[in-house]
Amino acid sequence: MSICHLYPQQMNIYADRGNIAVLSQRLAWRGLGAELKEVHFGDPIPDDCNIYYLGGGQDSDQLAVAEDLCGHGRSEPLKIAAASGAVILGVCGGYQLLGHAYTTSAGQRVAGVGLLDIETTAGSTRLIGDVVAEATLVGTTHTVVGYENHAGRTHLGPGCTPFANLQFGYGNNGSDGCEGAISGRTLGTYLHGPLLPKNPWLADTLLAWSLTHAGASSELKPLDDQLEHTAHAVAKARAGQKR
Amino acid sequence: MRLPSVPLPVAIRAARSASRLSQRLGRGGGTTIGGLMLGQLRPEATAEMSAELRQGVLLVSGTNGKTTTARLIRAALDASGYKVAANTAGSNLERGVATALLGAHSADMALFEVDEAALSDVSAKTVPRVVVLLNLFRDQLDRFGELDKLLEQWHQTMLRLPESTTVVYNADDPALAYIVANSDADHIRKVAFGVDDSRLNRKKLPHAADSAWCRFCGRLRPTSSNNTSTEPKECSGDNKDHARQTGGYVPLQYDTVTIGHLGRWSCPRCGVQRPFLDVAATKIELHGLSGQRISVTTPQGPREVSLRLPGLHNAYNALAAVACAHAIELDPEVVGPALAKRQAAFGRAERISIGQMHITTLLAKNPAGANENIHTMLATKQQLHLLLLLNDRTADGRDVSWIWDVDYELLLKDNRLGSLTVGGDRAYDMALRFYYGGFGLNHINVVPDIATALDSGLAAAGPNGDLFVLPTYTALLEFQDILTTRGLVPAFWEDS
Repeated sequence: MSICHLYPQQMNIYADRGNIAVLSQRLAWRGLGAELKEVHFGDPIPDDCNIYYLGGGQDSDQLAVAEDLCGHGRSEPLKIAAASGAVILGVCGGYQLLGHAYTTSAGQRVAGVGLLDIETTAGSTRLIGDVVAEATLVGTTHTVVGYENHAGRTHLGPGCTPFANLQFGYGNNGSDGCEGAISGRTLGTYLHGPLLPKNPWLADTLLAWSLTHAGASSELKPLDDQLEHTAHAVAKARAGQKR
Repeated sequence: MRLPSVPLPVAIRAARSASRLSQRLGRGGGTTIGGLMLGQLRPEATAEMSAELRQGVLLVSGTNGKTTTARLIRAALDASGYKVAANTAGSNLERGVATALLGAHSADMALFEVDEAALSDVSAKTVPRVVVLLNLFRDQLDRFGELDKLLEQWHQTMLRLPESTTVVYNADDPALAYIVANSDADHIRKVAFGVDDSRLNRKKLPHAADSAWCRFCGRLRPTSSNNTSTEPKECSGDNKDHARQTGGYVPLQYDTVTIGHLGRWSCPRCGVQRPFLDVAATKIELHGLSGQRISVTTPQGPREVSLRLPGLHNAYNALAAVACAHAIELDPEVVGPALAKRQAAFGRAERISIGQMHITTLLAKNPAGANENIHTMLATKQQLHLLLLLNDRTADGRDVSWIWDVDYELLLKDNRLGSLTVGGDRAYDMALRFYYGGFGLNHINVVPDIATALDSGLAAAGPNGDLFVLPTYTALLEFQDILTTRGLVPAFWEDS
């Protein structure tokens, strides 16, 4: 198994390394090893990893990453990997970068990778706060909890479906009740917190997909997720509470 | 519609009464109500009252170390005979500043610690004699959005300062050096402080280092900037390639890394380096939790500074205080002993004893602060019993993601961790942080209720144990209330 962390020095503002820790540990606890590859500016992007992760960054960082990732056909390996069934996870700025483009507050339209049929435009205010939403993946429905902090308003085209339906929070654009986008095994979401520690079912869904991609059995030994479930319940209960 | 403003003396009398009433009713020591009311009755009151202070206004800001630095400066001012108005009770927004001005009947000087996002407003109103800039670390992103935006706000604040203001700044922070030393803020007098003791080199930038890229050249250099003296040199072919390889970012080179992105830095591309230090620590001897001794060079000559505060972060706070004292020409013979006597501020390496046991409280609300607490604890060489208290209220930051940016893994090395108890609103998030960091589930004691968590932590530390309490801000308030109820410490607004 291999996990590719894209631009960890720039796209790390919402403790994105927590998501990487969860993916690696939940494999390790099951006796499965994973190689972690980091891609920095100018590094070749591998096309044979099983999971790709792109986190959130400040506006200036995101712009630099967009230029590096989306110029000169550099994102081709990522598209090849996605087409072969690898898992691609983008969070916050990483989510926006997986789309066609985002338009900055200055009106500059910056091209994205184009793996998700989404378009993002910077709004005048930031959408900040707790999020609770309901997501259905591979036929089962779960609650996801997290925290969002973004100026971008994201709208989905017909080529992808929303990741989750909001119960609390702003989500993609603060108006259509949807959060994130999914197409095949490419998932984008505004949720950090980080995303995976308190949503272990989602981590395991992504891991099962990546094992399939690696040609291994996607069956995952159950883990004791008592702590994760309690943390999830606490976050859900506190969402929207005056505090 | 705005009401016409009330005459200053009337507004002051009314606001003072409100403060006294609030204090009598036991509402948090009346730390903001008077200031809020004053601002309502007469918005220009803060500016008018500041202008009346003959010795001027000193401001201290930064994401980390404001309270401790302000306390050190206060000690120096008190010892020098000034009558000082200060917001020592902790409200560091404009209303706290106004409340402090109200309370100071015969002050000739004011000293305010100012929230980093309030610096622009408070600075415009108080027309400070000195602004002390400590650092900018990743902090409470749910409030501020982005560090870059805060930095830009500070930059604009620098450009608006009058010539009468002196800026005392931490030159080890390349982002501060950029906004202060940048030539378009040439009109202000500057005093740079920093650390020049290479023995303290941590060699590696921590995970959450934010400003380790050159802002004088490369893509972070704003195109609107009209700086001339720091114009980057022409690139050679090699360097050009280097810049492209890093997406236009030019990583700074560090001879010495101290805290986060602080250190002795230079840019390999444009050649800009850390400015000359007016006040420099040439030798820092850290003495565990009990304090430290710092050899400092100043424009007035070398000084030895003893502190009862532990850790490298407090060395920076002391340097800021020495540099500020230099800026207002205090007598170094008076300043040194005053700093040496000062004890830790509320919850900042504060130590209390219960019989044979000790409780050391180390406040942290962002990754840089938490990392320094970890380094301070690791320097003690003892078995560490920890009680981490994580709340998620507004003053803590509602987003608890930041704990994943803290290098708690350092504690897991060499079996230093004797016991681990986690409490507070988000105790389970903290438990997950350690669980995924590699700490066994059986060794994590999760007790959300803070009073019960304290009992649990004390029991785990044993009868002669040393318990380290690491709370966020509101968890600290709650924790101190519990200690007060048990007769262990005074309430914080009684603090001098």
